[in-house]
Amino acid sequence: MRRILPYILISLTGFIFLGRLFYLQIVDDSLAVLSQNNAIKVEYDYPQRGYIFDRNGELLVSNQPSYDVMAIPREVEPFDTLELSTLLNITPERLGKRLDKAKIYSPRLPSVIVPQLTKEEYAYFQEKLRKYKGFYIQKRSSRDYQIDFGANFLGYISEANNAEINNNPYYQAGDLIGRQGVEKQYEDILRGTKGVKYIQKDRFNREIGSYKDGIYDTLPVKGKDITLTIDAELQAYGEKLMENKRGGIVAIEPKTGEILTLVSAPGYDPDLLVGRKRSKNFNRLWYDTIAKPLYDRSLQAMYPPGSPFKTMTALIALQENVISTQERIDCHHGFSYGRASRMKCHSHPSPLSMSPAIAHSCNAYFGKVYRRIIEKYDTPQAGMNAWHDHLASFGLGNFLGNDLPVGQPGRIPDAEYYNKWYPENRWQATYTLSNGIGQGEVATTPIQLANMTAAIANRGWYYTPHILKEMDGEPIKDEKYTTKNVTTIDAKNFDPIIEGMFGVYEYGTAQFLQIPDVEICGKTGTAENYTKIDGERVQLTDHSIFVAFAPKDNPKIALAVFVENGYWGARYGGRIASLMIEKYLKDEITRTDLETWVMSHSLEEEYEKPYSGEPFKINQ
Amino acid sequence: MNKSTGFDWISILLFLLLVAFGWVNIYSASLNEGAQGFFDLSQTYGRQGLFIGLSVVLIIFILSVEAKFYERFSSVIYLASLLSLLGLFVFGKTISGATSWYAFGGFSIQPSEFAKAATALALAKYLSDIQTNIKSFKHQLGAFLIIILPALIIVPQPDPGSALVYAAFFFPLYREGLSGGYLLVGLCFISLFVCTLLFGAVWVSVGVVLLALIILFFNRKKKKKYTGRYIIISAVSMLFAFSVNYIFHNVFEQRHRDRFNIVLGKEVDSKGIGYNTNQSEIAIGSGGWTGKGWTQGTQTKGNFVPEQHTDYIFSTVGEEWGFAGTATVVLLFIGLLMRLIFLAERQKSKFSRVYGYSVVGILFIHFLVNIGMVIGIFPTVGIPLPFFSYGGSGLWGFTILLFIFIKLDSNRKATYY
Repeated sequence: MRRILPYILISLTGFIFLGRLFYLQIVDDSLAVLSQNNAIKVEYDYPQRGYIFDRNGELLVSNQPSYDVMAIPREVEPFDTLELSTLLNITPERLGKRLDKAKIYSPRLPSVIVPQLTKEEYAYFQEKLRKYKGFYIQKRSSRDYQIDFGANFLGYISEANNAEINNNPYYQAGDLIGRQGVEKQYEDILRGTKGVKYIQKDRFNREIGSYKDGIYDTLPVKGKDITLTIDAELQAYGEKLMENKRGGIVAIEPKTGEILTLVSAPGYDPDLLVGRKRSKNFNRLWYDTIAKPLYDRSLQAMYPPGSPFKTMTALIALQENVISTQERIDCHHGFSYGRASRMKCHSHPSPLSMSPAIAHSCNAYFGKVYRRIIEKYDTPQAGMNAWHDHLASFGLGNFLGNDLPVGQPGRIPDAEYYNKWYPENRWQATYTLSNGIGQGEVATTPIQLANMTAAIANRGWYYTPHILKEMDGEPIKDEKYTTKNVTTIDAKNFDPIIEGMFGVYEYGTAQFLQIPDVEICGKTGTAENYTKIDGERVQLTDHSIFVAFAPKDNPKIALAVFVENGYWGARYGGRIASLMIEKYLKDEITRTDLETWVMSHSLEEEYEKPYSGEPFKINQ
Repeated sequence: MNKSTGFDWISILLFLLLVAFGWVNIYSASLNEGAQGFFDLSQTYGRQGLFIGLSVVLIIFILSVEAKFYERFSSVIYLASLLSLLGLFVFGKTISGATSWYAFGGFSIQPSEFAKAATALALAKYLSDIQTNIKSFKHQLGAFLIIILPALIIVPQPDPGSALVYAAFFFPLYREGLSGGYLLVGLCFISLFVCTLLFGAVWVSVGVVLLALIILFFNRKKKKKYTGRYIIISAVSMLFAFSVNYIFHNVFEQRHRDRFNIVLGKEVDSKGIGYNTNQSEIAIGSGGWTGKGWTQGTQTKGNFVPEQHTDYIFSTVGEEWGFAGTATVVLLFIGLLMRLIFLAERQKSKFSRVYGYSVVGILFIHFLVNIGMVIGIFPTVGIPLPFFSYGGSGLWGFTILLFIFIKLDSNRKATYY
């Protein structure tokens, strides 16, 4: 025993040491990370963010330098709080709070204490900076907007939040990241890559030279400039027309799927979200839960499409051979189906064949045709699915796949949808009749409606709408946006529908909106809508909807206009659509009275009604 | 009739490996801008090269001296060593708070590094005396005095770390027949000490009394009950616990208290007192499997670990050579220690055996305390890692210690009475 004990003691020590070393060096990797943090200082060089141009090469967004006051909490030494807070133009309490927050985030990593000083503030502060140990200035590039519109598709940039920093190793606290719009969608392209310098420090935190002679250092790579498909002039005009109204305008170039305008009203000046005023302004926009300026109605708002949807019913009916273009259908201010069920209609000549039925927007015609489509099949389920599949080929009822970060799928019901609603699948075509005229269960977003119109204008195909045109001068090559989507409707079936849409202007619901010398096709829509006030379902003033494209035989623009509670299709939607098309095609407005009317009419009063208790105007 | 059987080349090889690897790491730990090769005497690593060269001279000298010399002159060497330690109180030079050095021009000599070998010789001489019986209390006391005398002189320098090393002589004493009870009692006191610091004197007392009652309960049917002994042991334990409490809070200085508290996990303090250990753990932990490569350690370069070329040299190994390097060093030491035990056991002369075990004990304590401290499982006690840490006195002290034994071993077949 006496001879063995030393061996045991030595072996045991060896095992304990090896175990502890194994734990420190192999198992516990937190120390390895810590080592990187306290011996090596990392300095970043932020590149310029890419510029944004419109389709005509007009500069929309450029950059301006901004200066963030950063601090590394463990290096901060006691300082004159009052002086610093005066310099930075914040209260001492707020400064204290920011520092505490930075310490909680990490004592060794830099945090932003005051973001985005102006040039003047920076110049003043820089001279006194040396007095404040642990503080430094990080130069970044922030946005400089050349326009005061388009905030909904441009988006904005702001500091990356903790979740983003954790999910993506590229971002550090204080880094700016794109939010909403193209800033978010094309963040990777626009931001470039920041340059990194590793600097070896000693324990007194003095820099003792570049780490490993800079073999890991990188230079910043400037972000790429992008050209959007947006026509800034048209966009500005659209936003002007939509002042004091709510809704959206989406215009698409049918031949390419390029989005010409993407108006969401109410909008806001993108410059509101730059610099130190950002958070105050952002809160104001965010908490406006009634007008919702941050909500992109052109992409996100699901509305019942109303009468423009009748074009789809007509196309499907022709494709399914349930009606000829010549057959006339009676209308007696509507028609009755089932027991005590009646679809109402307005005054117009009767009976009507297909094209005039579109021009006059006859409910009875399309209600009956819709019924034939569904009933063509043995079961309503099969009919409903066939109908659904035709619509899906137009990009309805699902996300379009456009290159903007927000969107809604809309809703095109299929058999399964109704099977869930009706026990034992006992439902028939008549139960869903409103779908035929764009009411009932169908819902679309303005961009879907615009895309649908583009597909009609093209007589059966469309490119997925997109907003990016060029990157650093190179046209986009993404197959998603350069491959034709072909609909399930044969090209020949489009002609009678287009004739009908032409008739809308010639002799139908929008006769007074013709544009001189332009063959324009359109379709009005008036959609019933409801809301809950104090738990009671109340019908609101109808939405005004309008889709149009022009010229008829060589379409250059297709658009959808949606004006919430705009009374009826031609009243607001039709006027705006007509003005937009004229502006785009002729670059001047000849009908100034029409323009003046739109700009001088406000719907604000209408929007206040749910809160003020005034009665609504329904179907007048 | 000199029957020299040649030197033990395994030990010598292990020694050389440790010294060489140590130098390589000292080079990295003290590297700075003005580096001009390994032998630049203005640099720490250059001086260590000189020390290594001089120790080769020492080795040749030690190995050429007659083996009998060390036994015959052990008392003289021991006394000279004690005198050199005492002389420090008059002529000593103070370096970083401890008056442990004699200054000769540019170089300083630390006599306590040489006193270990001298004490080992004296103890070997005393125990190998035919008159000495380790079982008798009188002779135990004699051996104890030989060991404790240099330690007592070293403590007030103050250099408690170096004094702690003298606990190493328990190895030869135990091998020669000292009752294991001493070890047991020692361990009991250490556990009581740690428990008192962790849980407080009151709870330790309660625990001791409970333990005694439980043992009494299970032994209640035995005829001999030793009740009196249990009462005495409990009383002594409680007294000890309360003294520890008193000493810890009233005699220890705050820095001592902090060191214990940090190792026991009672305090977390990454920037203050535990800074050394914390930084050394960071450096070691950042090494991974194979380390960052020689002279590539970021922590080493940034001088984050204090005393890195001396007491904390092992952290450089950890950072730059990774687990592969640290495991190699640990295994080299284990190998050397085991080889030395093997050598000690094959000695015919009791003198050589006792000396051999003293060498093992001293090297082991240094190894245990130094690496234990660097990897954060021991309180901070400033003693060097043998053959590895920077320092002429340390290197020479260990070289002398080891090579006297290798000389004795080479001479083991010679008989001289």
